[in-house]
Amino acid sequence: MTDVRYTKDHEYIRINGDIGEIGISDYAQKQLGDVVFVELPQIGASFGKGDQAAVVESVKAASEVYAPVSGEVVEVNSGLEATPASVNEDPLGKGWFLKIKLADSGELGALMDEAAYRDFLKTLD
Amino acid sequence: MLNNQGRPTGAGESAPAYNRKTFTGNRALQTREALIFEIGRPEVSGIDIDEPEAFTPRLGALARKTPLDLPGLSEPETMRHYVRLSQKNYAIDAGLYPLGSCTMKHNPRLNEKLARLPGFADVHPLQPTSTVQGALELIEVLSGWLMELTGAHAVAMSPKAGAHGELCGMMAIKAALAARGEGSTRKVVLVPDSAHGTNPATAALIGFEVRAIPAREDGTVSAQAVREACGPDVAAIMLTNPNTCGLFEPEVVEIAAAIHEAGGYFYCDGANFNAIVGKVRPVDLGVDAMHINLHKTFSTPHGGGGPGAGPVVLSEALAPFAPAPFLRRMGADLEILTLVEETGDGAAFGRLTAFHGQMGMFVRALSYMMSHGSDGLRQASEDAVLNANYVRVGLGDVMSAPFGDRPCMHEALFDDNWLKGTGVTTLDFAKAMIDEGYHPMTMYFPLVVSGAMLIEPTESESRASVDLFIMTLRDLTFSVRRGELERFSGAPYYAPRRRLDETRAARQPILRWTPPAPIIEDEAAE
Amino acid sequence: MRYLPLTPEDRTSMLRRIGAPDIDALFADVPADKLLQELPDLPRRKSELEVERTLSRMAARNVAAGSVPFFVGAGAYRHHVPASVDHLIQRSEFLTSYTPYQPEIAQGTLQMLFEFQTQVANLTGMEVANSSMYDGSTGCAEAVLMAHRITRRKKAVLSGGLHPHYAEVVRTLSRMAGDDVMTMAPDVLAGEDMLACIDKTVSCVVVQTPDVFGNLRDLNALAAKCHENGALLIAVFTEAVSLGLIEPPGAMGADIVVGEGQSIGNALNFGGPYVGLFATRQKYVRQMPGRLAGQTLDANFERGFVLTLSTREQHIRREKATSNICTNSGLCALAFSIHMTLLGESGLRTLARVNHANAVKLADMLARVPGVEVLNETFFNEFTIRVKGDAGQLVERLAAQGILAGVPVSRLLPRAGFDDLLLIASTETNTDEDRAALVAALSSQLAH
Repeated sequence: MTDVRYTKDHEYIRINGDIGEIGISDYAQKQLGDVVFVELPQIGASFGKGDQAAVVESVKAASEVYAPVSGEVVEVNSGLEATPASVNEDPLGKGWFLKIKLADSGELGALMDEAAYRDFLKTLD
Repeated sequence: MLNNQGRPTGAGESAPAYNRKTFTGNRALQTREALIFEIGRPEVSGIDIDEPEAFTPRLGALARKTPLDLPGLSEPETMRHYVRLSQKNYAIDAGLYPLGSCTMKHNPRLNEKLARLPGFADVHPLQPTSTVQGALELIEVLSGWLMELTGAHAVAMSPKAGAHGELCGMMAIKAALAARGEGSTRKVVLVPDSAHGTNPATAALIGFEVRAIPAREDGTVSAQAVREACGPDVAAIMLTNPNTCGLFEPEVVEIAAAIHEAGGYFYCDGANFNAIVGKVRPVDLGVDAMHINLHKTFSTPHGGGGPGAGPVVLSEALAPFAPAPFLRRMGADLEILTLVEETGDGAAFGRLTAFHGQMGMFVRALSYMMSHGSDGLRQASEDAVLNANYVRVGLGDVMSAPFGDRPCMHEALFDDNWLKGTGVTTLDFAKAMIDEGYHPMTMYFPLVVSGAMLIEPTESESRASVDLFIMTLRDLTFSVRRGELERFSGAPYYAPRRRLDETRAARQPILRWTPPAPIIEDEAAE
Repeated sequence: MRYLPLTPEDRTSMLRRIGAPDIDALFADVPADKLLQELPDLPRRKSELEVERTLSRMAARNVAAGSVPFFVGAGAYRHHVPASVDHLIQRSEFLTSYTPYQPEIAQGTLQMLFEFQTQVANLTGMEVANSSMYDGSTGCAEAVLMAHRITRRKKAVLSGGLHPHYAEVVRTLSRMAGDDVMTMAPDVLAGEDMLACIDKTVSCVVVQTPDVFGNLRDLNALAAKCHENGALLIAVFTEAVSLGLIEPPGAMGADIVVGEGQSIGNALNFGGPYVGLFATRQKYVRQMPGRLAGQTLDANFERGFVLTLSTREQHIRREKATSNICTNSGLCALAFSIHMTLLGESGLRTLARVNHANAVKLADMLARVPGVEVLNETFFNEFTIRVKGDAGQLVERLAAQGILAGVPVSRLLPRAGFDDLLLIASTETNTDEDRAALVAALSSQLAH
């Protein structure tokens, strides 16, 4: 099992060595409703922690996706252009947004693990 | 002799329930209509025009080689196509159209007739001014009415719609700040979070930063909050009054004072001016610039989404900062001034559009205003407010109002609190109204209210009409409470179309017609 | 008041139902000292007859284009509009409906917009078009902003053949937004070298064809140079009928095509309302401003149309929207679309040929008038002449004789040294008599 961490803005990052795969949580996709478009960054772009990394659009809303940690974009999920529905159907799998090369793995410590995120969600209802 | 010829005249024995599909897919007056690209032919034309005699073209090497792919229809086919399309639209002429903040009031046909007089419609914007004195006179007279009704010192007539007017007003503010030498230090525009989306979009478009002001529990903006948000970096506040919740801002005078004290200007979004015409003048309240949606307040028709017209009235402080062209009276004649240095104070900030604005809308608006007169305009505002409050009271006990039972202006706001736990959403409720023959109210706006329903009946509705509307909505609310979910969840059932799949439209956008792909055998067989 | 259905009795009993002592109780939030006690200082209500009399008097003080030999163009053109167009756009269901927010009861407007978008895309040779802008000039400014968003650069280069008012609209918005604009010198003979201005700092190049002086422009080389440098080519037109006869910008490599659609289906209206046409490549559609109608299915799997890609728009994106625009020019777009449907491909081609033929005929006649020089090598239905003396004064003198001869270039470019230039447009509405009258009057004026 790889290590998945969450933010309070419902982004997740799956850690694999010094690469992090970023997307939005199952809770987030349910809140957004049908995702119709994901605006992805360019490969090579650098983000600081909390910078806008992508935009996810439903029919009626556009939401920013923030970088959970800082790093440089090494890959984006170009498949989302044709099938944005993957974000709804498989947010933590086929619905990933982008991969970054972590700048500082120390930043991960501030994020929630699966259990902590589940507890966090309980406080929202 | 017994004559048994002729048709039966009863309604039929016992009419059976019947829901069979028709051969055409039509249902009597509800007809399907193909696209012009499916019924038109490139060689057909509905216009007779003779080919010119032989001549030598002067097109160089640029004659069109690319296909046009534009189908034509004869005139009878054209009439039928567009008449059938029109029959799929709801319209204010056909029924109550309670779209809050959009102001769907009666569109008098006199206005249409006058706008089509050749002396207005068949006049070119660049004709010598000596040949358009009547057109310029009309603009001058209309400007005079707008200034009198708002207390303004000047009015910029060229903005083409409300949002364009906002742009004009905010540019005037930017120009005024620049003239004070504060163009680069005052960058922040205060926008209440109840504001229409155009306000922050406009401010951002010309480089302002938006600072949100939270609305109070009661849906209004507090002067204290504005005072706290003010600083030396503030350029302006953009405030809608009456606001998007349908309330007159009670502290508007204090808000104006606060922003002026801080060295900023007061932009008022005049989308809801129709509630207060002849009752109060915005510039008297401290407003520096306000656009007027002629298509809302002064009833130029909405036309399925435009054209609008958005003249901007300006206070004494902002009057010198307006876009070209300027209209000026020189003795008996009116002149159009386009050069910045000719505009007197030398402050015209540029040009917003190629010509002088929406002349066709000016004629309609002036016709509307003259028909009403000062007394009729005030009466129209009072009736709009009266009808809205009558709706508010008529529905207050069965729906939930976010701000209690305080009086509203021209529109009554409800939220979806009363729908919680019923399984019916604001959207479902709105769609069920369609089956009852009504256009739904504005929904999910303003954003500060959960599941908002904003109802604006306007002054054009008779008491009987408003009564029936109230009774219909009450019946719907009872239906919700009885748990008759199917009346809502699948609605509309009787419209030309059932609910449309907006997700599909956005995921794989089809934005134009393209010729169908050749049919593959297997699929054709199913 | 004939537009207000409530009676005094209605008002009284409704107030009672509401529980308000009088109407001003409902205006209680208005500061008492600001509530007007007197009626505004304006005339009282008037009957239809009186209003019609007053406004007709104003209308009569204008010289209607149809009443005189008329050659005025420069961004707005007088064409014949079929009677059926004006009838159809006045149908209640088109005229008095709102933006199609409830698609189930607005399929008429939505299908019409979908057809309009397709017509505009085909006419301009582009892949996709929006459902219209306010007019050509505002569309042009929006196109520049769109190019800035796509290229993430902030410098526009405007051709000297761009309509000067369009250039002013672009400059005004750009100045306010803090973007750079470089405007080429007025280019009467289409000789400017724009290629030299294009480098990797340029976001877009804006070129008009036919340009404001009437010249047709080949955009191929410009497009290539733009694309080499990562810039966009924005092509502008002010006379939509020209596209029936000349190669569309889309076929010459333009990335955004914007133009004025007034000349199809719409009257001159002293400058508005008009209808801006706006088309681009599919790949840029999410950066395009304005409303878009798209095809979808309803719950019964019937084809239907909705407004789509709204997340670009101000009501969702607020300060991050592609534009602050929140309407289109719906009814004018409808007029355009109906007229275009009536014309069809064959009708549009013939109409365009007649326009061109009339202009060629007139240019040839004028070229023989002493004191007149026709400057264009190529043109569609409008061209520039140089006259002996001041063109502005000449136009005034001809107007006094009942001939509206054209637009003096000094009207568009005051004090710029073009006082002897005159733009002359000729459409299918001009007759042989009109042309003869213009030539005769011009000959006699210039003989003095």
